[in-house]
Amino acid sequence: MSFMLLEINPLVLPDIGLVFWNTVAFLLLLVVLGKFAWKPILKAINDREQGIEDALAKADKMKSELAAMQSENEALLAKAREERATLIKEAKETADKMVAEAKEKAKAQYDAIVADAQVAINQQKNAALTDVKNQVGALVIEVAEKVLHKELSNKAAQETYINELAEGVKLN
Amino acid sequence: MTFRSIKSLLVKTFSVFSLLLATQAFAGENHTPATPEAGAVAPVTAEAHGAKKEGDFNVTETILEHIKDDHSWHLWGHNSLHLPVILKTSKGFEVFSSEKLVDEHHEPVVYKGNFDYKLIEGKTKIVDAAGNVDEEASKQLWDFSITKNVASLFVSVLILLVVLLTAAAAYKKTGVKSAPKGLQSFMEPIILFVRDEVAVPNIGAKKAGKYMPFLLTIFFLILTNNFLGLIPFFPGGANVSGNIAFTMTLAVCVFIVVNLSANKSYWEHIFWMPGMHWSMKLFLAPIELIGVFTKPISLMIRLFANITAGHILVLSLICLIFIFKTVFASAIAVPFAVFIGMIELLVAFLQAFIFTMLAAMYIGMATEEHHHDAHGEAAHH
Repeated sequence: MSFMLLEINPLVLPDIGLVFWNTVAFLLLLVVLGKFAWKPILKAINDREQGIEDALAKADKMKSELAAMQSENEALLAKAREERATLIKEAKETADKMVAEAKEKAKAQYDAIVADAQVAINQQKNAALTDVKNQVGALVIEVAEKVLHKELSNKAAQETYINELAEGVKLN
Repeated sequence: MTFRSIKSLLVKTFSVFSLLLATQAFAGENHTPATPEAGAVAPVTAEAHGAKKEGDFNVTETILEHIKDDHSWHLWGHNSLHLPVILKTSKGFEVFSSEKLVDEHHEPVVYKGNFDYKLIEGKTKIVDAAGNVDEEASKQLWDFSITKNVASLFVSVLILLVVLLTAAAAYKKTGVKSAPKGLQSFMEPIILFVRDEVAVPNIGAKKAGKYMPFLLTIFFLILTNNFLGLIPFFPGGANVSGNIAFTMTLAVCVFIVVNLSANKSYWEHIFWMPGMHWSMKLFLAPIELIGVFTKPISLMIRLFANITAGHILVLSLICLIFIFKTVFASAIAVPFAVFIGMIELLVAFLQAFIFTMLAAMYIGMATEEHHHDAHGEAAHH
């Protein structure tokens, strides 16, 4: 009898009682732990891992964003520098131009003033000379009159003579 | 005479000490089966009860006593926990204390319930008035008793529920942002180990999540019972994971899960191996079909044999003291028993791991997506 053969070694003959209670215990564990232990624990572990992954990805993204921002900043700075250089250059040019213009204008004015002054001087000089001439003439006449008064009786003849002489005297 | 008593006392002290260290309690009041030779051979019982028949010591019987299931659970000294006996007979269910099946000397006696019950070699049988086993009536007897193994199993279930529900509550309390603490941080690496070393490599990351609760439950149940079996005194001391009924139940669960989750290509590879000549297909089908059953059977036998072998080894070493009948044998027996006990700790973890690993592997094989194109092309060339 095979049943007797199994009975020879009771170690390999499963007891129905233990099989039954073990099935009950295992199913109970599977259901209770599955619902109240494994599910929340595995979910928490997954969530944490997901969180770490997300955080790392975010950090990487931030890093690349920061790098992009930095390069953008540098570009902006370079542009600003360039603009500044251009502005300075332009300002200098304008300033130079203004100075040059001012100089030119000043020179023109100066020239005009000098020319005016020259004309005025010449006029004054001529007027003065004429005046001197006239005064010298009058003096000469007076002196000559006094001299000639004694020598010349004819006044008219004397004047003609003096004028002739005076014509001959050219100051210029 | 004085020398003899001192020697006997020393033997007892050493044996108790070494047993506490390395193996199950050598419960002196373990019932002795009513085999014909039991009276003559009188195992440990006689030794512990004042060395009446010190010369007669049956090693095999003593060891098997400790490997096998029992209706009482030894607590300490002469105190044992008498567990309830639950019987289903043709006259319905019957519940009574196992105390009624043994007398004060732990010898089996007849209990008169709906039938006359008596323990024959540790198993409850129906006997007739003359005390002979009534085979016909015994076949109708279903024993659902809370035995030592069942009670120990319940203890392990309780431990698992308390430990794991506490750990799960910690996740709820501290949330996922903070690092695990205490019990939670002790359990998490084990759970991660099962997920990352057992489930994911064998089943694949996509499908592993579905089988994780099953694999984790199996792993922790085996692990807890393996460790409880190594504790020589009360909360432990039972040999649950070294019992064929326990390993069989788990193996059947694996068998059911594997075959329920098996996909079409798995069955195709069993009954009509693709890419083979038709004669080869016919040849392979029965072999593959046998493989479906040998897988869970190997799971069942591996765990049972490993744990039982470990217990037998430790008990054998301790029994050396009684075989040589000298206290000096303990100088060798005890260190060896401690050494084997250490190895058993490793085996306890290893066997739980291997059982779960192979279960995951079988599930992986059943759910794997095969690429038939490769087979088809191979056949054409």
